[in-house]
Order: sequence, then structure tokens, then C-alpha cells
Amino acid sequence: MINLASRDVLHGWGKFLFTGIGLGLLIGATLTMAGVFRGMVDDGQVLIDNSGADLWVVQQGTLGPYAEPSSLRDDVWRGIAGIAGVAETGNAAYLTIQMAHNGKDTRVMIVGIEVDRPNRPGAPPYLIAGRPILQGHYEAIADERAGLKLGERVKIRRHDYTVVGLTRRMVSSSGDPMIFVPLKDAQEIQFLKDNDALVNERARTAANPVFNRPGVPGLLEAAQASATQARSVNTVLVRLTPGADPATVANEIQRWKRLTAYTKAQMEDILIAKLIATSAKQIGMFLVILAIVTAAIVAFIIYTMTLAKVREIAVLKLIGAKNRIIAGMILQQALALGVIGFLVGRIAAGLWGPAFPKYVLLLPQDAIGGFAIVLTICGLASSVAIRAALAIDPAEAIGG
Amino acid sequence: MSLPHKRTLVLGGIALVFLVTFGWIVATQGPLAPVKVTLDSAKETRLERTLFGVATVEARRSHSIGPTLAGRVARVLVDQGEAVKAGQLLAEMEPVDLDARLAAGTASAAAAAQRVQSADAALAEADSRAKLAKNSADRYADLRKKNFVSQEAADAKAHEAAAALAARQSATAALSAAKEDVRRAQSDVIGASKNRDNLRLVSPVDGIVTARLAEPGSTVVAGQAVVQVIDPASLWLRVRIDQGRSQGLAVGLPAEITLRSRPGEKLAGRVERVDWVGDAVTEERIANVVFDSAPTDIAIGELAEVTLRLPAIEKALAIPAAALQRQSNQSGVWQARDGQARFRPITAGTISADGFVEIRQGLAAGDTVIVHSGKALADGTRIKPVDALK
Repeated sequence: MINLASRDVLHGWGKFLFTGIGLGLLIGATLTMAGVFRGMVDDGQVLIDNSGADLWVVQQGTLGPYAEPSSLRDDVWRGIAGIAGVAETGNAAYLTIQMAHNGKDTRVMIVGIEVDRPNRPGAPPYLIAGRPILQGHYEAIADERAGLKLGERVKIRRHDYTVVGLTRRMVSSSGDPMIFVPLKDAQEIQFLKDNDALVNERARTAANPVFNRPGVPGLLEAAQASATQARSVNTVLVRLTPGADPATVANEIQRWKRLTAYTKAQMEDILIAKLIATSAKQIGMFLVILAIVTAAIVAFIIYTMTLAKVREIAVLKLIGAKNRIIAGMILQQALALGVIGFLVGRIAAGLWGPAFPKYVLLLPQDAIGGFAIVLTICGLASSVAIRAALAIDPAEAIGG
Repeated sequence: MSLPHKRTLVLGGIALVFLVTFGWIVATQGPLAPVKVTLDSAKETRLERTLFGVATVEARRSHSIGPTLAGRVARVLVDQGEAVKAGQLLAEMEPVDLDARLAAGTASAAAAAQRVQSADAALAEADSRAKLAKNSADRYADLRKKNFVSQEAADAKAHEAAAALAARQSATAALSAAKEDVRRAQSDVIGASKNRDNLRLVSPVDGIVTARLAEPGSTVVAGQAVVQVIDPASLWLRVRIDQGRSQGLAVGLPAEITLRSRPGEKLAGRVERVDWVGDAVTEERIANVVFDSAPTDIAIGELAEVTLRLPAIEKALAIPAAALQRQSNQSGVWQARDGQARFRPITAGTISADGFVEIRQGLAAGDTVIVHSGKALADGTRIKPVDALK
């Protein structure tokens, strides 16, 4: 027995194909939206994974260092390193700045890491070009998204830095590319004021009679020197010895060091559940609407396709075709449309995904789920068309 | 039948293109695609080692010249930037009553000298009296022997002579006391003029005035600097080097100095001194580097980058430093085996300035390692070697 659906499609295949492609682009937009959502979550996840830490020690009572500002003295690591279960500690400083590069501003996250040995906590776990930072000052590793090239000199605040390495997917939770610099430089970038502010501050201190008393030479100089020190970091990243329980060590630090320590699970909760929650919900809401619109359009297309075939269906009925055959034809056409739409959509999403300024992550399980949903929608939409088809009067074939 | 046949071909072609594109996208993007990596092999090479530090230009010898007693500045004769000679008067403090005290001392010295003269005259008189009394007593003693005068008269003359002698001794003592008084008064004058000289602030060296810290009329306490003088020939750099990367720091290491004012230029120097006491707060060691030939127009306080060259390791098995990775507290490298990544623990040694790390243990010459990767690797990750990732 010949397949009625394919015969009908072949009859007007150009129209069918273009309808499928149009539908596909819509499905592609939906898949991309899901990818944008996954990309946002992944940005938070890679930030946690790339730091290579098991614990984050931050200022007491803050959700730092990513979700809230946190400031610690840079020698608290000495106390933490002595706690049982701690294998290695690393000071780290994070700050987001606007970096002028090639005449335009790029938003980047500066990450200060310790560079006295390779692979300290906080350092990028892999490079796509170049080498790790080896000098104690003025070298940088940049994410490829920052648009910097190997060997390029880039000015950040007071100093020029040489780009010695490039990374991929090293981004802040809001997707800004990271630039890794030695910790002491990052402290200077973060805490040392600009020249005008320094001069004003000095004048202010000099005008303060407490600091500028007659008969106490050197007091003013001492007060001014102490004001320009940069001795803080944002977090101490802790690596644990194999087998150590993160929660126990975190408790120990909170109890005796009067600091707050977060485990990996808690940090994920802070970043993904708290920091990007609103924007993720925003995207999720939009995704739901897009899915509904897609379903509605699929239903309309199949319905109008069926209505366009009123005469043919009437003829089929007239020659005694069973309802099952007519329903099957419409369902098969709807599913075929769904398959073409899905393929086109996945291809389109895969092609335009990398062009997005922020990361778009297309997961296989999202694609499979999307495929199932598309077929379900097509099936449901065809049922409306099938009802309409079954209601067609065979007399239409010969009537006007 | 030719039309449907052709149509089937076209449609089949379109379907094929679709499926191939779909397959290509799935296979090259997303989590199913193999991770692209670059490879390199361990080889024997020369390792250049360097230490890097940030430095400030400082004067080795800086002289803060100020008064030893609190006082008011009377005049300052030099200004910042002036060249001065050793012994040159730079500033002077207000003498207050010192001049008056000097005048009083001089006057009292003169008075003392006068008193010496008067004592001298008194001595001469006493001397003459004593001589007269002695002669008279001698005469009376002679006359007494011949019984021309009474014993009483002779005794009285003898007593007169003894008294006159005592009076002469007293006059002698008064003279030497007057002379001592002169010396005391003279010493007072010398002391006062020394104090007066101490108010003159003179340069101890040939040098340049770097700061004029007090103006005439201002009061300074003892020890507070009025003028600062440095010896320009003694300019050197104070270099701070991170403790973690300071191994091998020693006197005599050759240095490359880049001053902030001339970024492209490399000046030669060497380590002159290494401080035994490091900075415990900043976790840095401190060394002093001198220029082989100092540029003329550098400023104190200028920032400089100093690269110290350690003796090179002539031959060592090395891999690019980017290949050195870490897995659960173990250093090692990723290797490609049957298209999959496998971790191999190694012991790493020195890291060279150009980014090569010495292998102490774990790899043999010619072993291939993964240097760069497009994603974080795990044991068993499928990989695809490429020439460069970017």
C-alpha cells in the first residue's frame, strides 16, 4: 500500500520544506534560549571549578568573594595553613574593572593569584596558548574573550602587563573574561588609589591637626605612609588533603579563625541559586513563552495545511478511505514537519551559538528533550487538524 | 517515471546534506566533541634562570642635617638641587642669647686678666715688704748680738719679717688663682663659641641638596632635619624579590635594570648587597643593586624592574611549563594514549625564564606531553591533537 503522507508531501515538497525550515528557525531560537540559560549556569560553575579550591575563606558574615565584597588581611593564610586537613592555601583577589583596549572599553575580571610556584589555588587549570605566569610582577594570563594576543602589552591602571598565556572559558559569574595577574599587582590595582586621590588624601591628612602636630616630626609622614598600604585580599582559597572532610575543616576555620568558610556545594548554592537566580528565572520565563509560541505556530501550520487539502480529503472519503488512513496521513506529516524543524533548529543553534557574546551551552540532554517536546507538540497539534479533517463532508469533493 | 526519480534524488540529497550537517555540528561542538590539545616532547635543553623584582632608586648615603638642640631656624642658604661642597654652610640656627653670653664671657676673661695684673702688683709689693722686713730683722739681730737693742725689739723685727714672708706667699697664691680665673674665663668663651658654631649647619660631604625641610623662622626640635644632602655617586636600587622565588639570590649576580622613565632600555648592574633581614609582612627579600654606569638624569624614588640572571643550567630534561598540571595534590603531566588523556605524576624542578620546567623524575627524553588544551582534562577524556588552539 502506498504511503499517502509521503505522496502528498512529494506533491508539494517545496512548500513543505520551506515550512519545515521556517519552523526550524523558530525551534533554533528556542534551543538557543535554553543554551543561553545553560551557559549562565555554566559560567557560575566554571568559576568555581577553575579556582581549584575546596574551601573559600572570606570575611566573616559575607557571601564573598564573588557574590559580595569580602576583605581579609593577606596574612590570615598562615593561621589557616596550620589547620588539620588543609593541604595548601592561596590568597586571591577578584575585581571587575573596565579595561581600555584598542580604543574601546572591555569589562574584565582581574584575578590576583600567587605565582611563586605553578598551579597555586586560583590559577587557571589549563591554557590554550603560552605559559603560566613566572615573574612576580607585570605578567598576565588573559581569557581569549578579552581579545588580547600572546605577547601583547596591556595597561591596567598604573602598569603595563605582558600577556604570557591565554585561557578559554575563564569567566566571572556574569561572563566577563578573566585576566590573571600576580597577587601583589592585583592588590595594587584594587586598593591603591589614583594619583589625584592620593594627593588629595595627603592634603587632607596634613590638614588634620591630630596627624600634623608641631614638635612631632615624622608623624605626618608615618600617617601618610600607612594610608597607602595595600594589605588585603578578597579570599583565601584552600585545598584540602585527600580524605579531609570539607565541612569539618570549614567549621574549624569558622570557629577558631572568626572567618566564614564555604565548601564547594555552598559556593555553588551561592553562585547559582542566589547570584544568577533572577536573571536565570528571567531567561527561563522567556523560554517557556517561546515554547508556547512555537507550539501554537506548529498547530496553526498543520491546521492550515490540512484545511488546504479539504478537496483531496473529501475525495479520499468519497472513494471510501477509512478515517484511520486520513488521520495517519495528517499525523505523519505533522511528525515529519517536526523532525525537519528540529534538525534545522539544532543546526541553526549550533551555527549561531558561538557568535553570541556570552557563552551558549547546548547540552545533548536539552536537545533530546527538545526533540521529544517538538514531536509531542506536533502530535497534539495534528489532533486538532485531524478533527477538522474528519468533519469534512465528502460532498465537498464534487460540490463547490 | 523520470520526473519522480529525479525528485527523489534531489530530496534524498537535501536530506543527506541535512543529516551530515547535523552530525558534524553534534560531533564538533558541545560535550560530545573530543578536546583539542597541542603536544610537545620532553627534551634536553639549556635552562636560563632569572629572578625578578620591583625596585626603587635610592641614595645609599643620605644625610639629614639638623641642629642638636631645639631652636629656631635663622637662615637657610641653599635650595633643593644645589650642589654643595664638604664644609659648606647650609643653614644657621637662631643663636638667641649665645652671642650675649659670648660677649659676657669675653668681658669676664678680660676682667680676669686685669685681676692677674693687680695680683702681680700686690705680689711685687709683698715681695718688697718682705725683703725690707728681712733686712730690718737681720740688722736688728746683728745689733742684738752686740747688745745695742733689747731682745724684745729684735723679736718684734723677726716677727715682722716672718709676717711679710707669709704676706708674700699669700700674694703668690692670689696671683695663680687670678691666672686660673683667666683660664676658666677663656674656656667659657671657647665653649660658648663652640655652641655658636654648632648652630651653623654645614655639609659633611660633597653632594646635592635633595630637600629643604624648614624655612627661616620655623622651630625645629633636636635631630629634626633642616636640609637633606645626598651623595649622587651613591645612587643604587632597593629591589624587593618575592620570597617564594628568591632562591639563588646572592651578591655579585648580574642584573638587567629597566627604569620606568625609559621602558625600552636595559641598563646593566649587579647585586651589591643582600639584606639578611627580609620583610616578613610582604614576604619579600631585599637586595641592593648598583648600576655599572649610572645614568645622569634619574630621580630618587623612581620605579624600576630588575631582572637578576642566575647561572644557567646547561643541560636539563625539560617540558613547557604550561604542561605541568595538578591532580588531587599531585604534580604531573597529561599524556595522550590511544586518543585519550592519561595523567602521569612527575617531580618538577627549576622553571626557566622562558617557560620551561625541569623534569627531575617521571619522564624520559622524547616522551610526549599535552601542553595546551581547550578544556580541563580528566582521565580518559577523548582528545584530538592539533598544531595550535588559537
